[in-house]
Amino acid sequence: MQKSFAMAALLAASCAAQAAGSDADLAAIRAQIADMKKSYEQRIAALENKLAEAESRTAQSAQSAQSAAAPVVAAPAAQSAANAFNPEVSLILQGKVRRSKDIANRGITGFFPTEVEGANARGFSADETELVLAANIDPYWRGQAIVALAGGEAEVEEAWFQSLAIGHGVGLKGGRFRSGIGYLNEQHPHARDFADAPLMYQAMFGDSYAQDGVQLKWLAPTPLFVEFGAEVGRGANFPGTDRNRNGAGGSALYVHVGDDLGVSNNWRVGLSWLKTKASERSAEFTDLGGVAAQGAFTGDSTTWLADFVWKWAPNGNPKYQNFKFQGEYFSRQEKGALNCSSDDAASLCNVAVESSYRTRQSGWYTQGVYQFTPEWRAGLRYEQLDSGTRDFGLNAANLAVDAYKPKKTTAMVDYSWSEFSRVRLQYAQDKSMAGITDNQWTLQYIMSLGAHGAHKF
Amino acid sequence: MNKLFAILLLTLAALPAQADLKVFATVPEWAALAREIGGDKVQVYAATTAFQDPHRIEAKPSLLAQARQANLVVAAGADLEIGWLPLVLRDSGNAAIQPSQPGYFEASAWVNRLEVPTVLDRAHGDVHAAGNPHIHLDPRNVLKVGEALTARMAELDPAQAATYRAGFKTFAGKWQVAMARWEKESAPLRGVGVLVHHRSFVYLENWLGMRELGALEPKPGIEPTSGHLTSLLARQQATPAKMVLRAAYQQDGPSQWIAGKAGIPAVLLPYTVGGTPEAKDLFGLFDDTVQRLLKGLH
Repeated sequence: MQKSFAMAALLAASCAAQAAGSDADLAAIRAQIADMKKSYEQRIAALENKLAEAESRTAQSAQSAQSAAAPVVAAPAAQSAANAFNPEVSLILQGKVRRSKDIANRGITGFFPTEVEGANARGFSADETELVLAANIDPYWRGQAIVALAGGEAEVEEAWFQSLAIGHGVGLKGGRFRSGIGYLNEQHPHARDFADAPLMYQAMFGDSYAQDGVQLKWLAPTPLFVEFGAEVGRGANFPGTDRNRNGAGGSALYVHVGDDLGVSNNWRVGLSWLKTKASERSAEFTDLGGVAAQGAFTGDSTTWLADFVWKWAPNGNPKYQNFKFQGEYFSRQEKGALNCSSDDAASLCNVAVESSYRTRQSGWYTQGVYQFTPEWRAGLRYEQLDSGTRDFGLNAANLAVDAYKPKKTTAMVDYSWSEFSRVRLQYAQDKSMAGITDNQWTLQYIMSLGAHGAHKF
Repeated sequence: MNKLFAILLLTLAALPAQADLKVFATVPEWAALAREIGGDKVQVYAATTAFQDPHRIEAKPSLLAQARQANLVVAAGADLEIGWLPLVLRDSGNAAIQPSQPGYFEASAWVNRLEVPTVLDRAHGDVHAAGNPHIHLDPRNVLKVGEALTARMAELDPAQAATYRAGFKTFAGKWQVAMARWEKESAPLRGVGVLVHHRSFVYLENWLGMRELGALEPKPGIEPTSGHLTSLLARQQATPAKMVLRAAYQQDGPSQWIAGKAGIPAVLLPYTVGGTPEAKDLFGLFDDTVQRLLKGLH
């Protein structure tokens, strides 16, 4: 534009030079220039108009695009853009008041002693605070971590990633996760119906079995729910032990089958197999003379589990009323060597004795929980273990073999203000130790803050 | 073992060929809409019935098995199914129906949602961050969702795209006629004050110009308490409601109590397809809803 002005000016100048001296010519030139100026101004104005028009049109279309997209992005105003990418965070507060006998070395008679966290805690305790972080990592993966805070310590209870995009019914999980064996094992303590894990789970795993490794699941493309799972992992947890080696230390296989029965009933049954290896797995024993001795087991541990759960709700609407009935059975076989030793000169194991070790033990529990109003639930659990056959080989001459059937009966009633807050009163008659009947009272609270993911069936 | 494997293979082979678009709808209303659009070209599975609270479903085995085979999940969205659907989707091992994929469709994403909270705090109950998710009770929303759903079904199953578009066109034509009828019939409901059990009728009230004067639930998702019901009854003097509404899946106790005390009718609405014998499909749902509301006036 400026260029054409300059050219016009030059042209005018040259014309002016040629026609110098003639006023009429000058006037004509002036008129010409004025014309040109006018025409250019008009053209500029027209172009400016066009530009303004175009600008407003783009603005309009942007606006209409926005209004078309508006319903899709109608996110709450409170959410800032940077925050939207943060993981779902939730915090579970769990605490209790417990009244029970003070029993030193609390354990389960006849079973390889395992340590059950907090089993002997009496009075008030803040128990465990669970911090859960979860989010999709990208279109292919999802991640979740659960950090349990208890007694001034933080422990990574779970930290895993899960596939989202493999398809064909295949699910892959890697990291530290609760094993898919059994029914209750995958459930977090806050989702359980009783304040403590069943005796069976305490005897098997101390509470529940977690694996550092990978899990592969396949869901069959059938109307009937049929799921197969396989896991390989470090196998560092009881009944295995941590061993510094290449390769896997524990593996598991399971199958789950489930369906609806009419609109009001749902069920699922499962069969699982877990194999781990133990090396120098230590435990406190009492020798035949009543003196403390240390046992160390090295060998294989194989566990079979069978589980079933049945849920009923009128019209399949569990909000007002529902009933859940579940049971699990396990059988464990351990084979290997047992080393008995003691620092106590009086002990029969003062000179270490190595022997063969072979056990086959079993146990089961069954429970029913009835929700009779949206807020109230009541439940009953009965469980029994069988210490079965325990062959200590040469060490049978040194170590006491307890033959006992531990039993426990538990009743609970809980109240929930909402899905996120619950308080529970539980009474248990615990006969898990020979000769002791422990009447336990527990008053527990479970509160969930923040985003709260769905619970498993 | 070999025999077992052979049996398994045979079973898989015997399954019907995957010719149709398999739709997994979380709620009956969107299952019905998918049927209107797809006709016999789609296999539609409804995960819930009108007698189930869609907020409170569990990720049960049958749902996982169905989601495994679905080509398209049609959810209400706006967090309605947050307690179970994410788990079903992830554990289904079906990559096509994950929320980032075309095989996942959220109805509430296509309409203007009401009651989008400005403050998110559980002290306000089980609020949905994305607004009230019960969008289907405004027939205009059904049309908007239908249009988007048709496009999605056509995208996933291009071979039948024309059928879906034709199906929707037929439906939309009939729907617009029906909508005009409902709006005419429901003229007496304009300005009528109502109480509701749960805030599941906001879109219906917005469409018909009814006024919601209170909810029996003190906060969303918290069951009615006697204290709250008493305070609602006290408010009845100053701002009288003409009727109290509840969905087929909600308990009748609180509605009956307040209706008895206030001398107003307790009206059960189908809420979704299948909620009453008359609500056989989407047309029946609105026919019956309008009729029941009109009956409540007299």
